[in-house]
Amino acid sequence: MNLFLDALNFLFDPANLAGSNGILSRLVDHLWYTGLSMAVAVVIGIPLGLLVGHTGRGRNAVVAVSSAARALPTLGLIFLIILYTGLGVGPLIVVLVILAVPPLLAGAYSGLEAVNRQTIDAARAIGMTEWQILLKVEMPLAMPLIFGGIRSATLQVIATATIAGYVGLTGLGRFLIEGLALRDYKLALAGAILVIALALCVDAILALAQRLVVPHGVARGLTRHTDESAAPTPRQHGRVSPAPSNP
Amino acid sequence: MVWLWDNLDLVLRLTADHVRLSIIPIVVGFIVCIPFGWLANRYTVARTILLTLGGVLFSIPSLALFVTLPALLGTRILDEANVVVALCVYAIAVMVRGAADAFSSVSRDVISSSTAVGFSAVSRFWTVEFPLAGPVLLASLRVVSVSTVSLLSVGSLIGVQSLGYLFINGYQRDFPGEILIGIAFTVIVAVVFDTILVLVGRLLMPWTRATPRRRSVTSASAAVTA
Repeated sequence: MNLFLDALNFLFDPANLAGSNGILSRLVDHLWYTGLSMAVAVVIGIPLGLLVGHTGRGRNAVVAVSSAARALPTLGLIFLIILYTGLGVGPLIVVLVILAVPPLLAGAYSGLEAVNRQTIDAARAIGMTEWQILLKVEMPLAMPLIFGGIRSATLQVIATATIAGYVGLTGLGRFLIEGLALRDYKLALAGAILVIALALCVDAILALAQRLVVPHGVARGLTRHTDESAAPTPRQHGRVSPAPSNP
Repeated sequence: MVWLWDNLDLVLRLTADHVRLSIIPIVVGFIVCIPFGWLANRYTVARTILLTLGGVLFSIPSLALFVTLPALLGTRILDEANVVVALCVYAIAVMVRGAADAFSSVSRDVISSSTAVGFSAVSRFWTVEFPLAGPVLLASLRVVSVSTVSLLSVGSLIGVQSLGYLFINGYQRDFPGEILIGIAFTVIVAVVFDTILVLVGRLLMPWTRATPRRRSVTSASAAVTA
């Protein structure tokens, strides 16, 4: 437990907080990388996933991409891209976007896929246009899974941005990597605690946001179809199972 | 490619390490998830606690967990155990959720019928519920297998030998070929594991092939966990 006390001492030392290498500035960097790459990934992944989910076209491609992405080791990917493009924030963002898109795509696609066909037919029968069906029927019902995708993607991006410390970029991972390189375990542990705290806080905030966005009836499982006894719709748990290539 | 032939010994040794270290979490995840998954399926309170805990554990970035474990377990920082334990934690977190879903996918009617024809609770679990939960369990296990193989390479940042060594070495020597070979071998290991799991699944659950419609439901829920 002494190790934790040492690490906490480091964290609560005001001298380590400010400055260009301080905790605050690295936290801001980490959030900046995460926010920017998630914004880009959401713009790409969600509409594409919705398109595939709504039309049913290209579903095999989506399943293939999301399982292949899971098998790719993130560490290798990040090093490879940086060797080809050179060091910088740009290449890092590219890697993070590549990692974030598959879970977003899978969340949006499988969310729409899980919506009962009869519900959609009913919406069509009462004269809704395709856009109305998508925006007013499918998306609200799919919201738990869409949000699940956003949460897994965000966690994955935060985790991978940690590794950015190794390639000389800043962010909270820098403390961890510096600690490992200098054999200063206290520093590495402090970095690890910061990264864990960040991941848990961001996930908690997203969980709250999810509560606000998901319609109450959907969140309470009122839209579940009891006649479908086959596989459990993941909808009832309000979250896509975590994307496992969390580095 | 020339590099690969010259260093085949190294690559094969690292592949063997990779296989050895990633098998443990997959097996542990599968064994541990059965009692916990059963609990989570049986009691709502247990479900809430276990799945929340699993979600929290899973959201911890792996490198941070690798580095935190020595302080918790009293292991040395370079110990393989840190990485193996961390990957077991992730495997269990994913598998418990998967097992809970798997057990709840077994039809109530089937369970009632087996009770009616005289199965005891224990034999009903092992001969009816567990096999019928098999396809959904297998889907989760495949996810765990692929992600464990891919995550293990991060452990090389704290000095644990695996194919991830090729990433770091290739990066330090500015040699993309070595990284590519590392990625290729990692993907091969993942694909081989996945193929083995699918084959074992077919062998143990021959009925999943006979009824393709049910299977398509299972593979759809596997896609969801992607």
